[in-house]
Order: sequence, then C-alpha cells, then structure tokens
Amino acid sequence: MATEILMPALSPTMEEGTLAKWLVKEGDTIESGMIIAEIETDKATMEFEAVDEGTMGAILVAEGTEGVKVNAPIAVLLEEGEDASAAVASAPAPATEAPAEAPAAAPKSAPAAPIAPQANLTPDWPEGTEMKTQTVREALRDAMAEEMRSDENVFLMGEEVAEYQGAYKVSQGLLDEFGSKRIIDTPITEHGFAGVATGSAFGGLRPIVEFMTFNFAMQAIDQIINSAAKTLYMSGGQMGAPMVFRGANGAAARVGAQHSQDYAAWYAQIPGLKVAMPYSASDAKGLLKSAIRDPNPVIFLENEILYGRQFEVPVMDDFTVPFGKARIWREGTDVTIVSFGIGMQYALEAADKLAEDGISAEVIDLRTLRPIDYDTVLASVMKTNRCVTVEEGYPVGSIGNHISATIMQKAFDYLDAPVINCAGKDVPMPYAANLEKLALVTTDEVIEAVKQVTYR
Amino acid sequence: MATRKTAKKPNVSAEELLGYYRDMLLIRRFEEKAGQLYGMGLIGGFCHLYIGQEAVVVGLEAATKEGDKRITSYRDHGHMLACGMDPNGVMAELTGREGGYSKGKGGSMHMFSKEKHFYGGHGIVGAQVPLGAGLAFSDKYKGNDNVSFAYFGDGAANQGQVYETFNMAALWDLPVIFVIENNQYAMGTAQKRSTSTPDLYTRGEAFGIKGQTVDGMDVLAVKEASEKAVAHCRAGKGPYILEVKTYRYRGHSMSDPAKYRTREEVQKMRSERDPIEHIREMLLTGKHASEDELKAIDKEIKGIVIDSAEFAKASPEPALEELWTDIYAEAN
Ligand SMILES: Cc1ncc(C[n+]2csc(CCOP(=O)(O)OP(=O)(O)O)c2C)c(N)n1
Ligand SMILES: [Mg+2]
Repeated sequence: MATEILMPALSPTMEEGTLAKWLVKEGDTIESGMIIAEIETDKATMEFEAVDEGTMGAILVAEGTEGVKVNAPIAVLLEEGEDASAAVASAPAPATEAPAEAPAAAPKSAPAAPIAPQANLTPDWPEGTEMKTQTVREALRDAMAEEMRSDENVFLMGEEVAEYQGAYKVSQGLLDEFGSKRIIDTPITEHGFAGVATGSAFGGLRPIVEFMTFNFAMQAIDQIINSAAKTLYMSGGQMGAPMVFRGANGAAARVGAQHSQDYAAWYAQIPGLKVAMPYSASDAKGLLKSAIRDPNPVIFLENEILYGRQFEVPVMDDFTVPFGKARIWREGTDVTIVSFGIGMQYALEAADKLAEDGISAEVIDLRTLRPIDYDTVLASVMKTNRCVTVEEGYPVGSIGNHISATIMQKAFDYLDAPVINCAGKDVPMPYAANLEKLALVTTDEVIEAVKQVTYR
Repeated sequence: MATRKTAKKPNVSAEELLGYYRDMLLIRRFEEKAGQLYGMGLIGGFCHLYIGQEAVVVGLEAATKEGDKRITSYRDHGHMLACGMDPNGVMAELTGREGGYSKGKGGSMHMFSKEKHFYGGHGIVGAQVPLGAGLAFSDKYKGNDNVSFAYFGDGAANQGQVYETFNMAALWDLPVIFVIENNQYAMGTAQKRSTSTPDLYTRGEAFGIKGQTVDGMDVLAVKEASEKAVAHCRAGKGPYILEVKTYRYRGHSMSDPAKYRTREEVQKMRSERDPIEHIREMLLTGKHASEDELKAIDKEIKGIVIDSAEFAKASPEPALEELWTDIYAEAN
C-alpha cells in the first residue's frame, strides 16, 4: 500500500515550516534513513530522513512552499510493485492522532477543608515513662545504632564517620560495633558519594549519608534532588531512594559565609523529599529513627551548636516521632511563635521574657518542614490571632514566608495583626563577632516582633 | 556495503548470531518508528535515538546474567529493548500514556524497570555514573556476584562526578563496568573539541582501573570485550572501563540542525560500517541463515514495532489523579 509522507515536527514547538528543498524526485528509490528533503523552521534548517523504503510516487508539496503545517501530507511513497496511480488513489491525510483536547482542570491537591484545623495533641511518649538526660549528639548516635541493629541494610557513609568517629563525633563508637562494612569513610567527594549512596538505595539498601555540614551538600544537590527525590515519580512508583542525608546545617560560630547557611527552605521546596529539623534530643532521636525507616529520601538538618545541648529523652525500647506532627512546647493565649531547629532557642527565650511582661506566647516547634503540620499552627493562630515566625535562614523565600501565606489563606479572618517573620539577615555571614551576631536572628528581635503584633 | 574482515572466526552459534541480528534490528526499527511518531506530534519533548549504536548494547548484554543491573543516560531506548523490556511499554511511555513503563510520567528520558533491573533513563549528563556504582555497591554489600553496567557518553566522560566515581569504585572494588559509548559527538561538539586526550579508555589509569577500547560497530567484538569485563568484575577484581567506539546516525535529539558534521561523514559510516549490515553479511556468507529466513525476521520485527506503535496510540493518557501519585512511597 502507498504510504503518505507527512510534514514532520522537528522540534517540540514546531507547528509549521518551509519545505525548503527536495533532495529526491518522483520515481527515485527511497531507502530508510535516506535524507529526502530539507525543512526550514524559524530556528534552523533540518534534514528530513525517510522512515520507510519504496519508490517516490508523488511529491505533493513543491519545494519553496512556506507555512506547511506539521502532519500535512507532502509526498507519497510506493511499495515494491505499485505504480503511481496508487499514489493518487491513496487515502486522504489522516488527521493527527495526538489527543488534542486540553485536559480538564487537574484535581486540586488539597480541597479546602471545612473542618476547623486541630492540633494533634497525643504525647510523644506515654506519661510516666522513665527519662534520661542526653545530648543531641548522643541521641542521634543512639538512633542510628538502634536502627542498624534492627535492619542490616542500613549503613552509614560520609567523611570521617568511621575511624575519626565523626567530624562532630556523632558517629562515636559505631565503627566498633558495626565494622567497616557498614560504617564507611568516604573520600572528600560529596557529589560522587551522594550519587553512589542513591544508587545503592535504588539497589535495595538504606544508606545514611552524613555530610560533614550541609554547606558541602551543595556539591551533591543535583543527586539529592534530581536522582533521589524524583525517581519514584519518574518511574511511576517502581523504584525510589529510601535513605537519609544528614549533617550539621546552619551557622556554627565564627566560620564565615561559606560555612554558615541554613538550607531548610531550599530542601523544604522539593516534592519527593521529606525534611526534618529537630531542636531537642528526644526529637533528634525519634525523628532520625523515623527517617531511617521512611521509604523516601529524608533531609535531616542538625545543628553544630545544638549537638552538645542536653535534653530529657524517654527511655523506651523503640521511641519514634512521626513526621508532620508539630510539638507545642509552651501553651499561650496572646501570640503564636512558630519555629524549628535552633530558632526554637530564641523562641523559647523570648516566650520566657514575654511572660514577665504579661504576654502569654504559645510556642510551636514544627520539627518537620516537609510535611509541615499546618493544622497545629492554624489552630493556634485561630486562638491567639497573632503570629511570629522564627528561623535562622535567609529572609527571602523563607519557611516563615510560607507559613505566613498559609495563615493568610486559611485563617485571614482570625488575624488581628500581620504575621512577622524573624529570620537571618539578607547578607552572607560575616566573620567579625559583632557583625555575626547582628546577622543572626536574636531573642530581642523576637520579643520586639511579638510586641509589634500584640500592639504593646 | 563494503566488506569488513572480522579478525577471528566468530566463536558463536548461528542461533546466537541470529539473536543479535534480531535484537539490533528491533532497536533500529523501533527507533525509526519513534522518529516517525515524533514527526506526527505523538511524541513530545526531547527524544534521542540510538540508531547506529545498536551493536553496543546488544554486544554488552550478550554477556549478562539474571541479576545484573544496568543504568544509562537519556539515550535509553536501545538499552531497554536489549534487556528485554516490552516494546509496547517503552513506546507508550514515549507517547506519554498510561501503558508506559512510568505510566506516562517519565517520558523518553526517564524510564525504569525493576523487573529487568533497568535503573533508568537519566537526563542529567553523568549523573548515572555514581548511581551505577551505587548499584554495584548494593550487590557487593549483599555479597552476590552481580555486575552493574553504567553507560555514558563521550561528552559525559568530562563530568567531574565520573572521576569521583572511578576513585570510589576502585577504592572499594565495586563490580561495575563503565561503558563509554563514544559516538564522537556530544550534541554538536566533536570529541576532539572537548577532550584533551582522545583515548577515553585510559581515563581510569590514574585510579588503577583497567580499560580497553572496542569497535562498537561489530557486535561480536563488543560481546567479547563484555565477557572479559564481566569476568573481571564477577571475580571481585573491581571496576572495568570499556570505551566502545560507535556512531549515531541521527541528530542528537529530534531537533538537531546537523551543521557540525557533513552529510558525507554520516553516509560513509552508514554504508561502510553499519553494525546491522555487518552481522547480516556474516549470517549470509557463513550460511547461517538464508535471505528468506532474514526476511522472515525483518517481517516479525516490523510487526512488533507496528504493534507497539498501535499500543502506544491506543493507550489512554494517564488519569488526572496520577498527577498526585508516586511522590512519596508509603511505609509498609
Ligand atoms: C549536566 C547536564 N549538562 C548539560 C546537559 C544538556 N545535554 C544533554 S545531552 C548533552 C550531550 C551529551 O553527549 P554525550 O555524553 O556524548 O552523549 P550522547 O548524547 O552522544 O549519547 C548535553 C550537553 C544535560 N542534560 N545535563
Ligand atoms: Mg556522544
């Protein structure tokens, strides 16, 4: 049967083009792959190759013709034994079979819930549980050790995690217990080892990747986002990367611009990632255990200054904290202070001082930034009618910006004042002690913001 | 078609030869059909065809066993067909339909098959290299003798993460074969314009990784090299580099003005070095198959490819709810 040769689309956006030149004439023998014409678009001239073989039966569009629509028949190809009359008799051009209708509006991600948001107030551990005092550093180590004991596919890799016992001593003792097969010192090669770890997760393992600090994870961010976070979606759910990327995030002290950045808002933007940023030792432990078990890639943002802080941690066989559940550290009635990670230190200090002035602040620790527990925040703001957010990261496109926008959309009528975002200053971190202090968010700034939203 | 001398008498059965012929022809015809569907607007975006490079992946796959893993770039259709993925599922992914390997959510550059141990389909040049070493890491960790194939191009060979990976793969003796598909161009950049030294197979020397170059237009030569590399990896001797010299006949992607090389250069390759013609001739001169038998294979392949195109057109677009699925895996 005669085949029609259609005007090809040579780029994703091409709709029509000029048939600049025919390189064959009627009666020529055509082989598959042979260049038969030159097509011009506004961008380039391209060669058009034959797909099928046969004899050129009829040229339907003369060379030099402009504005030839994609998919319009431009020639007829005859099979062995056919004559030109078949060309003339050949069927009219089939319309493009590509589905053309615009798809109906996509379903909304979150239909507006008419139900009032409610905070999940279930306690993280049963009342009466025995507690012990631990540093955040020890809690993180215990979380890894416990999960490694229960799942032999869990392993830790990173710079200095094994023999050196961790640049910040988080992995202290793990090499002794688990050996060098599972506690692996890597070369200084963030991009590479983030990729290797992600590949091993595709292959069925559950890696924990320690970045000495998240500043260095910028070299690896392509693997984290393009490979680890997106593969589940791109594979239609066939395979993903169950793994944890963890390490110190945010400003330490006096280490300058390249070593002092909070990446919370960066990673919180990425669908496919989960993001945790604990403040206390119990949250560090409970969330890290959940992160290691999670079948998705988790960004786990720790803080060098918090590593040595002590908190009460429940003594339980298997203590975990779920993602997406904020913690109300302090109940209050006049204002809601929302924070996470080291920002909680300023939030809690501010709340103490504000209480002395007779202002009752409710302090919420988000704990995870993806997913975020919006309900707890909204329920609180509906009660206090005022909100201040606190974080150490840059102010533009911050987590606070996002929380503010959510409150505006979901609880606008409850607000008695605009939400204020306390954040790090919009500057690279300076080295000088006085300037560094100025660049970071401070307790005084939080107090000032609360006074502003409460009109005191 | 000029005749080529194959150095040694091929140490393969007629049946194997016919199998390679069939696999290579399937890739060629499938890609031609994909190009056609692209021209009709049924396939969108980027679409990188494998035409000309068929012997590379078919030769390498000839040395694999169940459990071995493979990962490659966006130029991935050939790899998927060669490892046994269903042409219907591949073509339907190209058309962005429900019946595609990724339910239409991945497209030409992002396809996967857990069942066939095909780990994608990656759109970031070079990213598949550490990922491939990671696959090998997982097998070594589990203590089996599987081997992983990480395919990448001559352009990708200049990415820093490739060398980071070479170092770790050698340091940890990972069972990974780095297959550099040197088709002489990275988009419009000829290799000599991007590469300070021409021999990519020597790029592992600094890390102590053995490498060799092989004629990628000769499926038997590729198979032999693959067997050697696989034996090396399975024996626990660490990684291996194969630089496979090949050529892509078509543009880099569908929208390629092709101004960086002459028509004559392409034509010369096609007429003198075509990998499918080469094996066809071997089959005929060696009397392993008759013209009629080969015609029957041609016909069978044509049918498979037509069916895949029909399937890919008939399969519905993904349900709108699919926008919101597969973002997170549920804990089990
Ligand atoms: C990191 C990155 N940079 C640039 C690109 C755009 N790009 C896509 S393919 C390509 C050329 C790669 O050539 P090569 O590695 O030789 O593979 P081939 O296309 O020849 O198979 C470029 C520059 C990309 N996808 N990713
Ligand atoms: Mg190339």
